[in-house]
Amino acid sequence: MSTTEPLVRVRGLVKHFPIRRGVIFQRRIGAVRAVDGVDFEVRRSETLGLVGETGCGKSTTARLITRLLEPTSGGIDFDGRDISHLKRAALKAVRREVQMIFQDPYSSLNPRKTIGSAIGDPFAIHGLLKGRAERKREVQRLMETVGLNPEHYNRYPHEFSGGQRQRIGVARALALEPKLLIADEPVSALDVSIQAQVLNLLRDLQRRLGLTIVFIAHDLSVVRHMCDRVAVMYLGKIVEIGAGEDLYRFPRHPYTGALLAAVPQADPARHGEQRRVLGGDVPSPAYPPAACRFHTRCPKAQALCSQQEPQLEDKGSGTLVACHYPLSPEEVEQMGVRSAR
Amino acid sequence: MSAPGGEPLLRVEDLRVEFPTEDGVVHAVDGVTYQVHRAGTLGIVGESGSGKTVCSLTTLGLTRPQGARVSGQIVFEGRDLVTLSDEQMRAIRGNEIAMIFQDPLSSLHPLFRVGSQLIEAIRAHRDVSKTAARERAIELLGLVGIPDPRRRVDEYPHEFSGGMRQRAMIAMALANDPKLLIADEPTTALDVTVQAQILALLARLQRELGMAIVIITHDLGVVAEMADDIAVMYAGRIVETASARLLFDGPEHPYTWGLLKSIPRLSGGREEELVPIPGTPPSLIRRPSGCHFHPRCPYAQPAHARIDPQLEAIADQPSHHVACLLDGDTRRRVWAQLRKGATPEQARTSAGLAAPDLAAARAKASA
Repeated sequence: MSTTEPLVRVRGLVKHFPIRRGVIFQRRIGAVRAVDGVDFEVRRSETLGLVGETGCGKSTTARLITRLLEPTSGGIDFDGRDISHLKRAALKAVRREVQMIFQDPYSSLNPRKTIGSAIGDPFAIHGLLKGRAERKREVQRLMETVGLNPEHYNRYPHEFSGGQRQRIGVARALALEPKLLIADEPVSALDVSIQAQVLNLLRDLQRRLGLTIVFIAHDLSVVRHMCDRVAVMYLGKIVEIGAGEDLYRFPRHPYTGALLAAVPQADPARHGEQRRVLGGDVPSPAYPPAACRFHTRCPKAQALCSQQEPQLEDKGSGTLVACHYPLSPEEVEQMGVRSAR
Repeated sequence: MSAPGGEPLLRVEDLRVEFPTEDGVVHAVDGVTYQVHRAGTLGIVGESGSGKTVCSLTTLGLTRPQGARVSGQIVFEGRDLVTLSDEQMRAIRGNEIAMIFQDPLSSLHPLFRVGSQLIEAIRAHRDVSKTAARERAIELLGLVGIPDPRRRVDEYPHEFSGGMRQRAMIAMALANDPKLLIADEPTTALDVTVQAQILALLARLQRELGMAIVIITHDLGVVAEMADDIAVMYAGRIVETASARLLFDGPEHPYTWGLLKSIPRLSGGREEELVPIPGTPPSLIRRPSGCHFHPRCPYAQPAHARIDPQLEAIADQPSHHVACLLDGDTRRRVWAQLRKGATPEQARTSAGLAAPDLAAARAKASA
C-alpha cells in the first residue's frame, strides 16, 4: 500500500432510515435521507472537518465510516479495503483501527467501572496485553499521554470533571493505536475554559502521533482551528469541500457563506455590525427539496437551481463547490463573512 | 457602567443566594451588584456554576421553592423584589419581567397547542376575553416572525422547529409588554444560522418595544454582538464589569483574559495557539480562600490566597470595575504582552511577577 493512497475513500455513500407506519404489519411510507450520496477522501495524517447544522448527516456519516451503521448503498474503502458490508467478525479487525470519541463524556463512561478498566477494556476485547501488570503499565502510560494523573487508575468516572472525562475518552480511543480517530462534537458539552484544554490535547496528539482525524462539529471557529480540510454538509449532501484556508477565506457556496456570516465573534469592533441573516429553517430530510437542496433558502437561487442538481466542481478558488451560481468576492464581503477579511 | 441619568430599571445590590444541602451550604451567588438600564442590554458571562443563572432566577423569585437563603436587594422600579410575597411576585413574573430559557422544547407543554399556551400567558395577567387573547396571540406570533401565524397558532409544539419554538417562547415572554426580558442561554441549543435569526429578532424587538434585556450566556461572541454592558462572573461573584467595548478592548481580570485566549477565532490563523485556563472551576461549597480564582491564576501571588478582592473602579475608567489584587500597571503590562501572543509565563516574567506555586495552591484548595 502506498502512503499517498488516502486512508478512507467514501464513494456515493447513502443511508436512508425507513419511516414505517402500523404496529404489526409495518408499511414503509418513506425514508429519512440522512446521507444521500456523498463522496470524499480522508488523507493520511490530516484532520478533516465535517460541519453543518442539525440533520445535515454529519454524525450519520461518522457512524457509517465506523460501521456502527451499514450503508444503504455506496462504498467505504478503509486502508484500501471495502468495509461497507463486512460482517461481525471481519468488522472487529476494522474497529481496532477506527476509534471514536463521543460528545458527552458523562454518558459515554460506565459509572461502575474504574477508569483503569475503561481505558484497558479495548485490550481485553481484542485479546491483547494479557498480563495484568503489563496492561496496567500501558493504561498508565496512556493516562500520562492525555494529561491524567496515572495514580488515579482506580478511581471512578464521577470523581472526574467533564474535561478530565473527555481525556479518559481520548485515552481509551488511543489505546489500540488506531489509524483513524473520529471525534463527534468532542468539546461541545464542555465549558469554554475546558474546551481549549481538550482541543490543544487533540492537536498535540495529532502532531505527535501523526493521527488521522475526522472532526465533526457545529462550531465553525473550532473547526477552523483544528482542521486541514473542511467539508460543509447540508441535508445529506456535501455542498463544499476544500482546504480550511481556502474555504474560510473565500467561501463559494451561499450556504457556506451564510454559516460563516452567522458566527458571533468576540470582537468589539464588530459590535452591532449588520450582516445578512439566512431566513427559514432546514427542510425535513424526509422530503428534501428537488435539485439543489438549498434553493428554498438561497438568496441567489434561479430557476435552474430547482431543476438541475449541481455537482461538486472546482470553480477556480481551490474548493470544490456544488452550486450553479457560486459567490463572488463582493457578495462574500456583503454577507459579512468575517473570516474573509 | 455607563449611566444615562435617572434610576436604573433594575438595581441588584449585594445579592447573596445560598442553598443549604446535605454536603454543606452552596454559595451560589456571593455579593453581586449590578444595574440594568431602561432599554439597555446587560450581558452576564460565565461558565457553568458561576452563579449567572441563579442570579436571574432569584430576580424572578424562582429560587424560593428550592429553599434558597437570599439576602441583599433587587430593586425593580422602586420595589425590592426580595421582600415581596409569593403572590406579589406572581403578578410581576411573566408580566413586567419575563424570561426565556435555553431549551424551548422543555419550556413548552407538549400536549397543549402553542396558541392556548400563549392565551393562558396573556389571560394570567390581563382581564381579556378568550377571543381577544387569541387575536393577541396571533399578533405576537407574527411579531416574532412565525410565518402564517393564523394557522400556526393551532399547532402543537412538536410541529414547530427548534428555532420556531424559541420564537414562540419569545412571543409568550412578550405577551404582556415586559419592561425587562431575561434571556438565559437563549440560543445555546440552536444551530448557528437559527441563532443568528434569534439574536437579530431580539435586537429588533428591543428597538421596537424599548424593553431592557439581560442576556446570560457562556458565549463571548453572543455578548459581544448583543450587550451594551457586560458582567463576567466566576464562582458566584462578578469579577469584571464594563461596557462591551471597554471589556473587549482592555480586559482587566486574569479570568477574562483566560476566556478570551481560550476561544478559537474565525479569522485567526491556524498557527494561533489556544491558551486554556488550567484546572477546573471550584466547588461552591468549599471555595478557595482569598481571591476565588487564585488556584487557577497564572499571576497569583502568595497574598492573593488571603485577601478578598473587591470590585473596584479602575483608575482612569470609572465605569470599568474589576476585582483583582494585581495593581493596575501590572495588569496593563500583562495584557499588552498577552495581546501580542505571549504565553502567560512570558507575560508574567516581563511584568516582573513571581511565578505562583499553582500546584500548592490547587492542593490547598482541594484539601
